[in-house]
Amino acid sequence: MSEMKTPDARAEIPDPMIDASLRLPLLALFGGAAFWLVVSSVLAMIASIKFHAPDFLAACPWLIYGRVQPAADDALLYGFCIPAGLGVALWLVAQLGQAPLRGAIVPVVAAKLWHLGVLVGLIGILSGNSTGFAWLEFPRAGSVILFFAYLLLALWAMMNFAARRERALHPSHWFLVAALLWFPWTYSTANLFLVAWPVRGVVQGIIGWWFANNLIFLWLALVGVGTAFYFLPKFSGRPLQSYYLALFAFWTLILFGTWCGIPPGAPLPAWMPTLSSVAATLTVVPVLAIAIIMWKTLRGPTSGCNITPAPLSSLSANEVGGEGRGEVASLSLNSNPLAPSPLPAQAGRGSRQQSQAAPPTNCEPKGGPFCFIRFGFASFVLSSLMFIAMACPRISRVTEFTWFGPAQTQLQLYGFFAMTMFGAIYHLLPRVVGVELPFPKLARLQFWLSMSGVLLFIVPLAIGGVEQGMKLNNPGIAFMDATNAMLPFLRTSTVGLLLILLGNLLFALIFFAMTFVWGKSLLKKAHAIVTAPLKNQEVKA
Amino acid sequence: MKNGFWIFIAVFLALGGSWCGFVLAPELQLGGAKQTTVLNTSDVYPVGRPGEATQGSSVYRANGCAACHTEQVRQTGMTCGVTLTEAGKNPQAVTNLISSLVLINLTKEAADAASAKITAGGGKTEIHITATGPDIARGWGMRQSVAEDYLYDQPVQLGSLRAGPDLANAGARADANWQLLHLYAPKSEVKGSAMPPFRYLFEVRKIGREPSPDALKLPPEFAPPAGYEVVPRPEARELAAYLLSLRANAPLYSAPISP
Ligand code: HEC
Repeated sequence: MSEMKTPDARAEIPDPMIDASLRLPLLALFGGAAFWLVVSSVLAMIASIKFHAPDFLAACPWLIYGRVQPAADDALLYGFCIPAGLGVALWLVAQLGQAPLRGAIVPVVAAKLWHLGVLVGLIGILSGNSTGFAWLEFPRAGSVILFFAYLLLALWAMMNFAARRERALHPSHWFLVAALLWFPWTYSTANLFLVAWPVRGVVQGIIGWWFANNLIFLWLALVGVGTAFYFLPKFSGRPLQSYYLALFAFWTLILFGTWCGIPPGAPLPAWMPTLSSVAATLTVVPVLAIAIIMWKTLRGPTSGCNITPAPLSSLSANEVGGEGRGEVASLSLNSNPLAPSPLPAQAGRGSRQQSQAAPPTNCEPKGGPFCFIRFGFASFVLSSLMFIAMACPRISRVTEFTWFGPAQTQLQLYGFFAMTMFGAIYHLLPRVVGVELPFPKLARLQFWLSMSGVLLFIVPLAIGGVEQGMKLNNPGIAFMDATNAMLPFLRTSTVGLLLILLGNLLFALIFFAMTFVWGKSLLKKAHAIVTAPLKNQEVKA
Repeated sequence: MKNGFWIFIAVFLALGGSWCGFVLAPELQLGGAKQTTVLNTSDVYPVGRPGEATQGSSVYRANGCAACHTEQVRQTGMTCGVTLTEAGKNPQAVTNLISSLVLINLTKEAADAASAKITAGGGKTEIHITATGPDIARGWGMRQSVAEDYLYDQPVQLGSLRAGPDLANAGARADANWQLLHLYAPKSEVKGSAMPPFRYLFEVRKIGREPSPDALKLPPEFAPPAGYEVVPRPEARELAAYLLSLRANAPLYSAPISP
C-alpha cells in the first residue's frame, strides 16, 4: 500500500447516514449486552461469597457454586463481550468503509436471537444441563441459536465490508474481518465434536482447549486490538505506527496464537503440550509488536506532524460530533457534518484542534473513551504475558490449577476486552443515537470503578495464586492450610467484584438513560408512531 | 493486504493449520484408542464404569463439581529401586556385589545397569518404580494421569482449579458412606471444610415405622431434628458410586509404576 493511501490519510467523513443505519442493530446488541453484563457480575458476586460462607445459598440447586461460576463466565463472554464486539465491529466496518448498513432489520433480529440464545444457555447451566466443557457449557439449544445469530450478524458485517466505498483496507479491517470468520469455525468444531457427536476420551480435552484458546485468547484479541487500532490514532492525532508493523503483528498473532492453550501438564502425548508451549513463547512476538505499535502511536515523537488536513478535520468533526449530531442526524441528513460546532462549550476543544495543526505536543488526549481504551490496551499486554507465562512448563508447575488462571482470564475478558468495548461504545453511541452522553461524569466514575475493581480482583488472585501453587507443591503443607492461606486474597477479590458490579450497573444505567433520552426525543419529533414500540423493546432487552 | 480475499486466506491458513494440528491429528492418534493392558498382567484397562457410576458422572457434571476439583494427577519424575529376589549359586559374591552398589533412588538407566551387574553375578532382581512429585506425595494418586484414564468418560471433566483436592483417585481414599456424609455436610467429616454442602441431594423426612437402613449416621450437630432422618436421593447415591469408581492407579506402559 502506498504512503498516500495510508489509512489515516483516508477522507473519513463522519456520515450521519452511516450512523443512522446502524442505530437499531447496535441498540439491540448493546442493550442486551448491558443487561447480561450486570447479570454476570451479580452471578460472579454470588459465586465469590461462597468461599467465605460455603453455606450461602447452598440449599438452592440453581445457585450452587458449580453452576453460578460458569454461568457468570459465560454471561460475561457470550452475553457481553461477543455481542458488544460484534456491535463495535459492525460500526467500525461501516465507518472505515464509508458504507451505510443495508437491511438493518436482519441484524436487529439476529441480535435479539443472540440474546435469546444466551438466556436459553444460562437457564440451561443453572438448571443443571451444562455440557461440562469450559466456555462451552451452554446446552445444545442455546448454542444452536447463538451460532445462527452469529452467522447472520457476521454475514451482514461482511456484506457491508464488501460494499465499502473506501476500498483501501485499514489495519483494523484485517483484525475485525478475521474475527468475524474465526468464531463460526471454532464454535461449530467444538459443538460438533464435543456436544453433538462427541469424540472419545481425552481428545475432548484437547478440542476443548483448542476452542477456549481460539475464542478467549484469539477472538477477543482480534476484535479488541482491531478496535484499539482504530481509536488510538484518533485520540492521539497521529497515524498508526506503523502499517507494516501492524501487518506483521496480525500475521504472527494468528499464526502462533492459534496453537496455544494446551497446558504443559496435560495428560496427553508429549508432542501436544510441547508444541503449544513453543507456540505460546512465539506469541510474545505479536504481543510485543502490538505493544510497540500502541506505544509509538501514543507517544511517537514528531510523526504527528505528518497528518494531512483531511484527518484533522474529520477528527475535529468527530470530536465535536456529540453536540451537533442530535440535530444533524435526525433533522437534516444533508447538513454539512464538518461544520464546526459554534457552541462556546467547545472552546477548549477548539483550541486543541488548532494546536494539533502545529507540532503535536498538545495532542495529549483526554476524555473517557480514551482512558478505557488505554487501560484495555495495557491489560491486553499484561494478560497476554500472563497467558504466555502459564504455558511455560516451569511456571506452569506452580500456577496450574491455582487462582492465577482465573485472574488471567478476568484480566483478559474484563480488563482488556470489556474495557476496550466500554471506551468504544461511549465514543460511538452518542453519534449513533444522536444524543449526547447524558452524564459524562458518570462515565468517568464508571472507569474508576471498573478499573479499580478489576485490579482489586486480579492482583490479589494472581499473587495469591502463585503462593497457593508454591504451597501445593510442598507436600509438607496440608491442603487445607494452602487453601486457607488463599482466603485473604479471595476476600479482596470479592471487594473487586463488588466494584466491578457497581461499574457495570453504571454502564447499564448510562446506556439505558441514553436510549430513554433518545426515545423521548423521538416522541417529541412525532416519529412516535413508527418507532415507539421499538423503544419499548429496547428498554426490555 | 489490499483486499478482503487475503484476510480470508490468512484466516484459512492460520486457523486451518491449528485445526489440523489440534483437532484432526489428536483424533487420528487417540480417537481410535482401545483398552490397554495393565503392565505385566493380562488385565485390560480401563474397564468402563458401572452403570450407577456413569449416571453419577452426569450428576457431577450437572452440579459443576469440576469448578473446584481437578481429575488429573501430575508427576515430576520417578525413582527406581533394585531388590534381590534370588541370590543364585554364589550368594557370597552377590552379597559383596550388592554392598558395592547403590540400589535405591536410581534413575531407570542406573537401575537397569545395577540389575544387569547382579544378574551377571548369578542373582535375580526386580526393579521397583515409584512415581514422584507433590501430587503423589499428597496421596492423590500413585502415578500421573495419562490419556488412557479418560477413555470412557463422557464428558471428560479434567477441571482447571484446585479449590478442593484432586479427585482422580477419590475412590481409593474413602468409602461410600463417607462420601455421602461428606456431600451432606462436609464439615461433619473434615473440620473447617470449605466445600459447600449438597443437601438437596438428600431427603430429610419423618422416620416411618422403622428408621430407613440407608439413613445417614450424622454426628449430633449435623443431625436432623429428633424424629427425622436424612436419606440419600438416587442422585446422591449415583454421585457416590461415581466417586468410588475414580481410580486411576493401574501401572501402564505409558505410566509405569510398581504396584
Ligand atoms: C466451592 C468449591 C467446591 C465445590 C463446588 C465442590 N467441592 Fe469438593 N471439596 C472442596 C474443598 C475445599 C475440599 C477439601 C475439604 C474437604 O475435604 O471437605 C473438597 C473435598 C472433596 C472431597 C474429598 C477429597 C479427599 O479425598 O480429600 C470429595 C470426594 C469432594 N470434595 C467431592 C465433591 C463433589 C462430588 C462435588 C460436586 C457435587 C464437589 N466436591 C464440589 C471444594 C469444593
